[in-house]
Amino acid sequence: MFQVRIHGRGGQGVVTAAELLSVAAFFDGRWSQAFPSFGSERTGAPIVGFCRISDGEIRTREPVSTPDALIVQDPTLLHQVDLFSGLRDDGFVLLNTSRPVEELGLGALTSPRRDGPGIRVITLPATELAIAHTGRPTPNAVLLGGFAAAGGVVSLDAVAGAIEQRFAGPVARANIAAATEAFRSVSARWKELDHAPTD
Amino acid sequence: MPEFATDGGPTAARESGSPGSVEPPGSGGAGAAVRSEDPPGSRDATGPASPSSGQPVKFYQVGSFAVGNRLLDPSYRTVQSDALRTNALDSGHRACQGCGEALGARYALDAAMRATGGSMVAVNATGCLEVFSTPYPESSWRIPWLHSLFGNTPAVATGVAAALRVKGRPEVRVVGQAGDGGTVDIGFGCLSGMFERNDDVLFICYDNEAYMNTGVQRSAATPPAARTATTEAVGDEPGNPFGQGKNLPVLAMAHDIPYVATATVADLHDLERKVERAMEIRGARYLHLFVPCPLGWGAAPRDTIRLARLAKETGLFPVFEAEHGVVTAVSQIRRQVPVEEYLRPQGRYRHLFDPADPDGPPARPETVRRIQEIADRNIARYGLVGPAGSDAPGEAGPSDPSGRPYETGEAR
Amino acid sequence: MLRQIEGSRAVAETVALCRPEVVCAYPISPQTHIIEAVGVLVRTGALAPCEFVNVESEFAAMSVSIGASAAGARAYTATASQGLLFMIEAVYNAAGLGLPVVMTLANRAVGAPINIWNDHSDAMAVRDSGWIQLFAETNQEAADLHIQAFRLAESLSLPVMVAMDGFILTHAIERVDLATQEQVDAFLPPYEPRQVLDPADPVSIGAMVGPEAFEEVRYLAHLRQVDALTAIPAVASEFAEHFGRSSGGLLRPYRCEGADTVVVALGSVLGTIKDTVDAMRDDGLAVGVVGITSFRPFPAAAVREALAAARRVVVVEKAFSIGFGGVLSTDVAMALTGSGTPVTTVVAGLGGRPITGASLRECFEAAAAGRAEPLVFLDLNRSLIDRDLERSSARRRTGPTAENVLRDLGTVASGPT
Ligand SMILES: Cc1ncc(C[n+]2csc(CCOP(=O)(O)OP(=O)(O)O)c2C)c(N)n1
Ligand code: SF4
Ligand SMILES: [Mg+2]
Repeated sequence: MFQVRIHGRGGQGVVTAAELLSVAAFFDGRWSQAFPSFGSERTGAPIVGFCRISDGEIRTREPVSTPDALIVQDPTLLHQVDLFSGLRDDGFVLLNTSRPVEELGLGALTSPRRDGPGIRVITLPATELAIAHTGRPTPNAVLLGGFAAAGGVVSLDAVAGAIEQRFAGPVARANIAAATEAFRSVSARWKELDHAPTD
Repeated sequence: MPEFATDGGPTAARESGSPGSVEPPGSGGAGAAVRSEDPPGSRDATGPASPSSGQPVKFYQVGSFAVGNRLLDPSYRTVQSDALRTNALDSGHRACQGCGEALGARYALDAAMRATGGSMVAVNATGCLEVFSTPYPESSWRIPWLHSLFGNTPAVATGVAAALRVKGRPEVRVVGQAGDGGTVDIGFGCLSGMFERNDDVLFICYDNEAYMNTGVQRSAATPPAARTATTEAVGDEPGNPFGQGKNLPVLAMAHDIPYVATATVADLHDLERKVERAMEIRGARYLHLFVPCPLGWGAAPRDTIRLARLAKETGLFPVFEAEHGVVTAVSQIRRQVPVEEYLRPQGRYRHLFDPADPDGPPARPETVRRIQEIADRNIARYGLVGPAGSDAPGEAGPSDPSGRPYETGEAR
Repeated sequence: MLRQIEGSRAVAETVALCRPEVVCAYPISPQTHIIEAVGVLVRTGALAPCEFVNVESEFAAMSVSIGASAAGARAYTATASQGLLFMIEAVYNAAGLGLPVVMTLANRAVGAPINIWNDHSDAMAVRDSGWIQLFAETNQEAADLHIQAFRLAESLSLPVMVAMDGFILTHAIERVDLATQEQVDAFLPPYEPRQVLDPADPVSIGAMVGPEAFEEVRYLAHLRQVDALTAIPAVASEFAEHFGRSSGGLLRPYRCEGADTVVVALGSVLGTIKDTVDAMRDDGLAVGVVGITSFRPFPAAAVREALAAARRVVVVEKAFSIGFGGVLSTDVAMALTGSGTPVTTVVAGLGGRPITGASLRECFEAAAAGRAEPLVFLDLNRSLIDRDLERSSARRRTGPTAENVLRDLGTVASGPT
């Protein structure tokens, strides 16, 4: 079972992202379960969404406490919530930012245990990509394109299908174009990371 | 004392662009040191002379009816501009940016606190105000505050008032408050009982025209054509149906209670004055406060005050006062605007316009016309447009000389 | 049709397939998505003919449903928590009048302290009202149970409540095989009321009954619930024939063969429990589960039979009777009267506290080893409790408990968990 935790702020579409991811996995023929962090947060408050993906029926209802991957929609959360809590040592983080990883001060945030070579951090300027393609600063669909490239848990086709089912014609097309560009850019980065020496 | 976050206060207040909310207390600026106990100056129609500049100031000068506190005679200043204000609803709460309810509650309760010398208890219904102000263990309230349930607030307030009476503490006053849902819908039975018994409670309704706390569903205060989650913009007549809804101020007046007033967060002086007036009176009092909700209305947070002003200036939300069932004062429209100007910036009315050309002519002109009719009817009923040239705020006399209670309008 | 869909949406679309004629509800989290979706289906004409009424309170919502049902319309509503309690007088009334209203209950804790998260206190509060109460384990079952609920309600002339865990199910997006209109139409005949307000044949519904017959009327209501014990499995097996999958019924045993310790529970926590049981079985521990679908009527005989071979029983409950202990456990213990099988009550998941497999396993292992107390509160933070007890013994005016406890905890309750 692959478990994802998505971080963002109320209004950014965290819940939609979790839903799209689960629908994409469904289109890939797998079982999936998406659910929000249930609360009464208002616009701007930190929000978490979860998605489990599996080859068989998913029965558990407990929250995801040890995710395999994190998707961070809002980089301002980096220093505000315990973002990396429970992330598996061989997990990865897909971060929406236009800044290089080195500038983010992550060394201090990730504990030494997690600082090992296992955790991969991939950055993607998803908001910029979203603005360029859709005219709106909504990074969720774009990040899913990047997520499809990282680890290959879902296919890009399935992500596109999920976007198509959720949004209307032109909006869907623009988001798919953005997700596809994200996919390409992350694919390249992911290969580099995959081949990087691991000690 | 509850814990308080120490950031710069509600964003709504800072963004409002309204008097009293722009200037943090004690931040200097002309006139900031002048306290409200200073002798009042003259109050003519053009506004008082600024103590620092000595120039006559026109209220109307920025076209928004807003005027900076420091230009004002001290007696015109808001309670908020007083460094000794209570901050009944303090900073650090979790309302959305530009929340009209947060702004309204802060002004109303601080004014009530000043009027009662700080001797006050508030009872709050379930709703946004309750949820965003008390994320346990934090509380934004600096006053004794009780939340019981969604539908029983007026009765709980009656209970508090009764206890204070029996305990020989009549100087402690009681304010009950709820959203429009807690007031006009689920709480209406208890509210009507509280009115009818003339219990010594000021009840404030923060009207954002829907159930915001649960995700924007229709209430009996939702206006026609507005989209909510239970009146979606689909089908033949998208949005909330015409011909429904409850005019609570008029219903309150029908109970013949001593004081009923309406106000908006666009005119905070007027709001404070009405709260102060209400606190001079004993018995059941009702204040219906119009508070835009950026989230529920699909509006920009910066437009909260503008929308509140437009609601009044279109005639859709009549601002008036009534005593014992008779209208005693009406805030007249200063510069009448067509309802379209109010509807267009709001996502809940998006279906009335053309998505491909949102600035173009309405896609549903007939619906816009029917909403304009509601405004026109209100204008006629309440005499909202006075003789040319009279633009003094809140100074118009009763518009219905016969003193009859006003009929229920379709607007609310 | 297989869909990846939110639980609320799956229920809304399924309810629409059941062709309710009057839908009336009042919004409350976590039920809102259900009624919003049904509302749209009515507005767009996808569900027609149907009247969707936005009312001013839950009391009105249930009352409108009563009126509609008495006038011969198929009536549906949904609520949760405070809403269920606000309508409680009408809830009893619907059952007393024998009106086949169907209601979704999106289970949520009951305040104060106000809490929007899941537990079963709301359902337990109306346990004795005379409604049939069915608990869904998954969103698939939640959807399916609604089809069965209309069928049961109308054939028995009793109201049926389908309980589904708030947020955990209502807001979860997962795979659901949605029924088709043809399937539902073939399974659910049009509503043929036993009693109806009709000028052609006037009847008085709701007459007063004095001491001379009240007990008999109540006994008859009980008999109808006893009838339901036969009707529920019958409808479930007919459902399986029509739809090719099984859901509903009175209860469902899982891996109970040779189980020394059997866990009993209601609702979605059964999924986590089954995973835990599988893991324990892999490690050679003889554990099984019995999931109860029909809480009212309570299938005492079936429970007794399912637990006959167990040496101990652990009941996991998301509610409890304050001042006593378990609610479901009391029923289970009654069903086991005379068997001597010890019953442990595990109170868990109150107000949305996550129930983890790890904690469950620890608890089941303790029970299997005979180490469990009769009443266990899962993952109770003892230090918080001790601090509050200390505080209240130290001084009189301690202030509000909820606020004190959370301040001790040093967290913000509404923050993401
Ligand atoms: C008996 C009951 N029914 C429903 C609810 C759910 N509920 C809580 S607040 C609310 C709506 C509040 O709307 P309003 O009074 O207008 O206040 P707002 O949030 O808009 O400020 C609802 C439906 C509840 N708490 N109790
Ligand atoms: S939803 Fe509306 S009323 Fe509620 S906090 Fe946000 S702006 Fe205020
Ligand atoms: Mg409201």
